[in-house]
Amino acid sequence: MSIASTESGQVSLSGLDELWFQVAGTRCNLTCTHCFISCSPHNDAFGFLSLEVVRKALIESVEWGVREYYFTGGEPFLNPDLVEMLVLALEYGPVTVLTNATVLKDEWLKCLRDAEERGPYSLEFRVSIDGPDAATNDPIRGEGTFDRAMRGVETLVRHGVLPIITMTRTWADAEDHRILSRFRDVLARHGCDRPRLKVLPRLLIGAEAVRTCGYDETDHVSVGMLDGFDSDQLICSHSRTVTDQGVFVCPILLEEPSARLGGTLAEADRPFSLDQGACVTCYQFGAICTNPSGQVFEQTGDGAGEVHT
Amino acid sequence: MKLAFFGGLYSNYLALEAALADASRRDVQQLFCLGDMGAFGPHPDRVVSLLRDAGVTCVQGNYDDSIGNELADCQCGYTDPSDNRFAQISYDYTLEKTSPVHRRWLRALPTSLDLEHSGVRMHLCHGSPRQTNEFLWESTTSDAFLDRVLDPTGADVVLGTHTGLHWTRTTPRGRRFVNVGVLGRPANDGRTNVWYTVLDLTGHEVEVEFVPVDYDFHRLSGEMRSEGLPDEFVTTIESGWWTTCLEVLPSRERRCGRY
Repeated sequence: MSIASTESGQVSLSGLDELWFQVAGTRCNLTCTHCFISCSPHNDAFGFLSLEVVRKALIESVEWGVREYYFTGGEPFLNPDLVEMLVLALEYGPVTVLTNATVLKDEWLKCLRDAEERGPYSLEFRVSIDGPDAATNDPIRGEGTFDRAMRGVETLVRHGVLPIITMTRTWADAEDHRILSRFRDVLARHGCDRPRLKVLPRLLIGAEAVRTCGYDETDHVSVGMLDGFDSDQLICSHSRTVTDQGVFVCPILLEEPSARLGGTLAEADRPFSLDQGACVTCYQFGAICTNPSGQVFEQTGDGAGEVHT
Repeated sequence: MKLAFFGGLYSNYLALEAALADASRRDVQQLFCLGDMGAFGPHPDRVVSLLRDAGVTCVQGNYDDSIGNELADCQCGYTDPSDNRFAQISYDYTLEKTSPVHRRWLRALPTSLDLEHSGVRMHLCHGSPRQTNEFLWESTTSDAFLDRVLDPTGADVVLGTHTGLHWTRTTPRGRRFVNVGVLGRPANDGRTNVWYTVLDLTGHEVEVEFVPVDYDFHRLSGEMRSEGLPDEFVTTIESGWWTTCLEVLPSRERRCGRY
């Protein structure tokens, strides 16, 4: 989609439903070739968040009425304070941690499941595995990572976790059904017999832009494209991301300087111009970062109109 | 003063009959229904007739909006392809079997209601006060968020349904949220009964009672089979376990079920 001459549309923060923590920065034990922020063991562009930064943001988040908290990286479990952060966050609301499941330890999971059982909120584990077999996954995520991730899934299941498995689509759309069906079979053989599966589109930035190709320079979401469009489908209308370098509009555009909206949540409460190619992908696919249970779908009906009082 | 609140009927007219009879025995003075009259079950016109004959005050759910406006789907927002396939079978059946008169009635329902009884201000909606089809699951709704979405209503008690699971919580700012449950299908607990809610406003405190309702589920499942509705739906009615629409359940709620 190339609309060179049109102005980019802007999206305001309608309410802070999800607060993201870039808790491991861009540090990851893997070097996935499709990573939209090029995480690796050596990428220090963004650093770990400290427990104190997370604690302060959690306290601040209450007055914003945040619904749920997401912890991502990089690989979040590389941050030595992560377990303590998750336990703390569960006192404030539901928590999701996005992991590659290759570094999980029994003692962490025991502690986290105990914390979840003590309170009213869900702790979700979102595990990234990019295909139902090593032949599909390993070229993207690295040699041996499929088997390691499956052992991680087994560990999660052993602790009573029902993971959400996310996969980035590196196959044709028409293959989705076959891949999902095969994934269910494979996961069941590893003891995970009721997974929630989520297919994610590729974001053509970071490492992925090198692996395949990037967006066209002129790709953006124009004012006209937002006409009649429900902006709540975009996470920038209801999320912000806390990093060690300030608050960003979303967890995707960390390498884009204009996506840093301020040093605090209050400063980051301002509109964002959808002038990035990745914005087009979100526009096409909706709130791709949100869990299935938290997605709100646009209502197309007229909603009957009158409200009786 | 006692008020009864029904939600998510899903065409289960036998459960609605049983709930109406139960509410009558409890001297309930006013009846409310928070929407999603059709889906899942057989003969969708029957619940609408019962609601209208019994003088139940109704709020529109996303399903009613769809049927009333003859939209292409139910706007339930499932994320799994097989959930959407089952939902579509059910939706096409319900749309076809809902009479034009009842479609007009569903279309005209309000999306929310505000009322006051015994000094208690109540706000009635389907999903959440801010959006009809928003899921407010117990385990993924923080206290702070609940206060944020309830505050604009100005109500002491906000009542909704939509998720299929009843729960209640008083927020830090002192507002009460009640998901009144659904009469359309069991609460994914391995029991065949369904649920509605009675609010007792006689004292100074608002008392919330979740009421289990037994009904002739064998008859319902037989009629679902003869109407050609999906076996998966019939299994839920007969076993008390949800078999579909599971992808949108948070892990805590999902763990309580079998599938």
